[in-house]
Amino acid sequence: MTTSDTAATPTRGNSAALRAHRWRRFGVQVACLAVTAFMAIPIYLIAVAAFSSRDALNEFPRALWPSDLSWDTMGTFVSSTGILPAFGNSLIVGVNTLVWSLLVGAPAGYALARYAFRGREPYQLFLLFTRALPIVVLSVPMAQLFLSTGVYDTTTGVTLLHTALALPTTVLITAAVFVAVPRDVEEAAQIFGCSPFSAFVRVVLPLALPGVSAASIFTFVLSWNEVLGAAVLTLNRRTLPGQVLSTLQYSPEAYRFAGGFALIVPAIIFIALMRKYLLNMWGTTLR
Amino acid sequence: MAATQVTEVAPRRRRIPPVVWLIAPSVLFMAALMGWPTISGLIQAFKTGDGFGFDNFARMAADPFFWPAVRNTLLLIVILIPVQFALALGMALLLRAKPKLSGLYFYIWAIPLAVSDLAAGLVWLSIFTDHGYLNSFLSHLGIDGVNWLSYDSNTSMFFAVFIAELWRATSLVLVIVVAGMQGIPKDYDEAAQVFGASYWQRLRHVTLPLLRPSLQVALILRTILAFQTFAVAQALTGRDFPVLVGETYNWYVALRNPSVASALALVILAISMITAIVYLRALRDPSDKGGKR
Amino acid sequence: MATSPHRPPAGLSRRSLLGGAAALAAVPLLSSCVGFNTSGGKAGSLDFLSTQFTPVEEKQRFEKVLADAKVNAAYNAVEGNVFASTLTSQAEAGSVQVSLAGAMHGELAPLADRFTDVDGLLKGKLAQAEYPKDLLELAKAGGSTAKYIPWMQASYVVAVHKRALEWLPSGADVNSLTYDQYLDWAIAARKANGSPVFGFPAGPDGLYARFVQGHLLPSFTGGQVTTFRSADAIDAWKYMKELWANFVPASTNYDNMQEPLAKGEVMVAWDHIARIIEAPKGNPDEWLLVPSPKGPKGLGYMLVVAGLAIPDGAPDPDGATDAILSLSEPDVQIEVLKQNTFFPVSVTELPDDLEGATKLAAEAITAQREAKDAIMALPPVGTGERDGEVTAVFQNSFRQICLDDRSIKSVVDEQAAELQSILDDLKIPCWAPDPAEAVCEVG
Repeated sequence: MTTSDTAATPTRGNSAALRAHRWRRFGVQVACLAVTAFMAIPIYLIAVAAFSSRDALNEFPRALWPSDLSWDTMGTFVSSTGILPAFGNSLIVGVNTLVWSLLVGAPAGYALARYAFRGREPYQLFLLFTRALPIVVLSVPMAQLFLSTGVYDTTTGVTLLHTALALPTTVLITAAVFVAVPRDVEEAAQIFGCSPFSAFVRVVLPLALPGVSAASIFTFVLSWNEVLGAAVLTLNRRTLPGQVLSTLQYSPEAYRFAGGFALIVPAIIFIALMRKYLLNMWGTTLR
Repeated sequence: MAATQVTEVAPRRRRIPPVVWLIAPSVLFMAALMGWPTISGLIQAFKTGDGFGFDNFARMAADPFFWPAVRNTLLLIVILIPVQFALALGMALLLRAKPKLSGLYFYIWAIPLAVSDLAAGLVWLSIFTDHGYLNSFLSHLGIDGVNWLSYDSNTSMFFAVFIAELWRATSLVLVIVVAGMQGIPKDYDEAAQVFGASYWQRLRHVTLPLLRPSLQVALILRTILAFQTFAVAQALTGRDFPVLVGETYNWYVALRNPSVASALALVILAISMITAIVYLRALRDPSDKGGKR
Repeated sequence: MATSPHRPPAGLSRRSLLGGAAALAAVPLLSSCVGFNTSGGKAGSLDFLSTQFTPVEEKQRFEKVLADAKVNAAYNAVEGNVFASTLTSQAEAGSVQVSLAGAMHGELAPLADRFTDVDGLLKGKLAQAEYPKDLLELAKAGGSTAKYIPWMQASYVVAVHKRALEWLPSGADVNSLTYDQYLDWAIAARKANGSPVFGFPAGPDGLYARFVQGHLLPSFTGGQVTTFRSADAIDAWKYMKELWANFVPASTNYDNMQEPLAKGEVMVAWDHIARIIEAPKGNPDEWLLVPSPKGPKGLGYMLVVAGLAIPDGAPDPDGATDAILSLSEPDVQIEVLKQNTFFPVSVTELPDDLEGATKLAAEAITAQREAKDAIMALPPVGTGERDGEVTAVFQNSFRQICLDDRSIKSVVDEQAAELQSILDDLKIPCWAPDPAEAVCEVG
């Protein structure tokens, strides 16, 4: 093991160190490419499958690249009843869940990070306890609760369920994030005349942003992909996975791939939007 | 709403600690929404024909799928999660070395986070079936394919589920670890470097301890979620490779027996809670004096 | 990161609350609407919840049938579990929103107590319809009055790709196979091809239990429950084990057979007609659909029936009644056959202008029903909420004997005890092909 570091640029005269440095950079690139292949190839394949004709999918061996592009299945799928409204519902539920869980969860995360209080561990376990019961067991009593309060079959009902499911993750992730924000910067801001609240907003929040966006990504995705509970709590106002994946279960493979791909695309876009918050600390600029 | 309730309880001369203000909304929200469903689930698990007892648990344990499901679930958790964490940590460190295109890499690596488990099951099913993409690829190379998902080969079924889960859930750990890594100030690492610490020494004594809170969160979440997901295993292997949540679902849906389903749910709950407590204790920050005495 | 407790100024709590309140004010902007309608119902439509026609193309075709029949319904096709939990939770909360429920007999029967009686409709406006007697008996779901109106029927047949005919044993007629010939064919095909070409729907959502209940056991033993432990049943399972050894091993992942058939992973397979029909649809000349094989006791086959029910307390019972009448019209029933290959129940005469795969299906179903040694079997009748557990008895028997390789005798005895304990609770008469004794007992 050498003691030089990837981040340290070696001096020019030291050619052996320079070679080692180059080799290390090369190794990092190769490793990155290998991981990228593992992560990207399945997504590529489902995209190919979504735009393949049915006959192409039935051939063996299947072509590993789009041999005959066909928009038939995707077109039929997108035009089928309720897909676009369901897309809207999923978006409403996802964004609302994100906002609500941050509003309710982030303060609790801050409390866990900044205050030592009796009942910390029981509180964390209480949160996890709610998450450890399978949704299928919770959803029917919850549907009855919602029917009697009038939020059954509305996006509000699904939002409530998803917020409850996302809260433990939001609280725990934000707590971990706030712990990592050094306390002295906050105190320094207060010494310089900020109120605790404005110190939080001006100093802590910017530092915590990457972690908070990680929590929001996670929340949105959880809501976007949750299907078991949403299917029981809605009837005429389904979310996209409720409309798609449960009804496509018995559809021909081509449609299932189209549906799967249609579910993945918006989430990919969402991650692209959130990515810059995650990376802003590295000062990495992306084009 | 939360505010009024708390102020009524508290006498006027004693100020309510800010912690209560911060935590109360989440507690009230969860209690209001999850309280009744959870209680009704608990009652259901112990309810028998005319009273309360353990009949449902006996029936659950007598089912031929129960013990294989326990075995498979634990197997997945014991093998999958450590591998997943090693991989996620490795990926985060690769990114920290700032290779060219690191932004693009991170983006692609985070995508599976956005893929629902049902969709992930579909993706890998299209790869692993007898006439799927993997066997197509092998056949292009002139190799005869394997029946990866054959019911009598537990090993290859486990392998398929393992790979699919590794793909699906590593991103979650990665995103949390990367977020944690960014919170680590550079100067610690640089200081250690000045004192001549090697890369591995710095990783072990500087980076990992500072990552502790993030790793703790990721570990607990990942474990609890691991008990919750079954769509991938279901899509790939049906009930040939049973897992606990899938069995819960089956008792509830196919057998219409919410009592045994609730009993199974309690078993899952118990295992996840024990795991969570163990992790919380094991990873507790030694300098953290918080919590119970 | 050590955190030591400290007391922040009191301002924190109040101010952060103010900030929170400001953010809260923004939320209603987002959540002011309760969401978009996804079921395609127009104004004044009634909620039609169904477990049928979930695949996207079938659903679109059926929605068109509904529109042409002037039925204004929001058609929601869901899985069986969502169907049951939706109706159950609505009924228990006392706010029923579904006006019309359409599902398989086995899915309706467990919920029979939650449906309105429809005897009046059957004896009144539908008195002219030519329902088969068995179906009317089935519609009582174990009670004394009809709980649903028969909607459509289907059965299970064998699909054969013509390439597999070259391995057909000499002297066998593909349209009138015996189980022994079926097995010989599977063995010959496996040997000639190098790997099996026969498939079986043994996936998690596959209907393999129906094969055991309606085809295998009746054909070998003449019964389903009363002969469960007989020597004939042991023979049936011995046969099944041999047959299974010649099926494609991936069969445990097949929920329906049309995809593996269309892909060529499988060339011959038994399944529900609606789960096979997509395979021959594109190229009907390359396919045959033939009746199930015969056993020592005859040609056992299972009849599948779907029904329409009106939940108690439905918001629009009159609209639901009108919809049922429209869907029972002979021409609407024929249209459903042409579109989605489910057979009519209110008429006995099929039109002679059927084409392609539908024609193949109609011929196979008719040949099967009219075979001289046909033994009609029904899915369990009157088992209500325990229906799934009864099905599980047949599923577990198959899995333990064929997949886990356990002793046939001990598995049959264990599962017979399980079945008996369910029947002890239910105290119901047996269903076809078993004789309708006062109380059904496992034999």
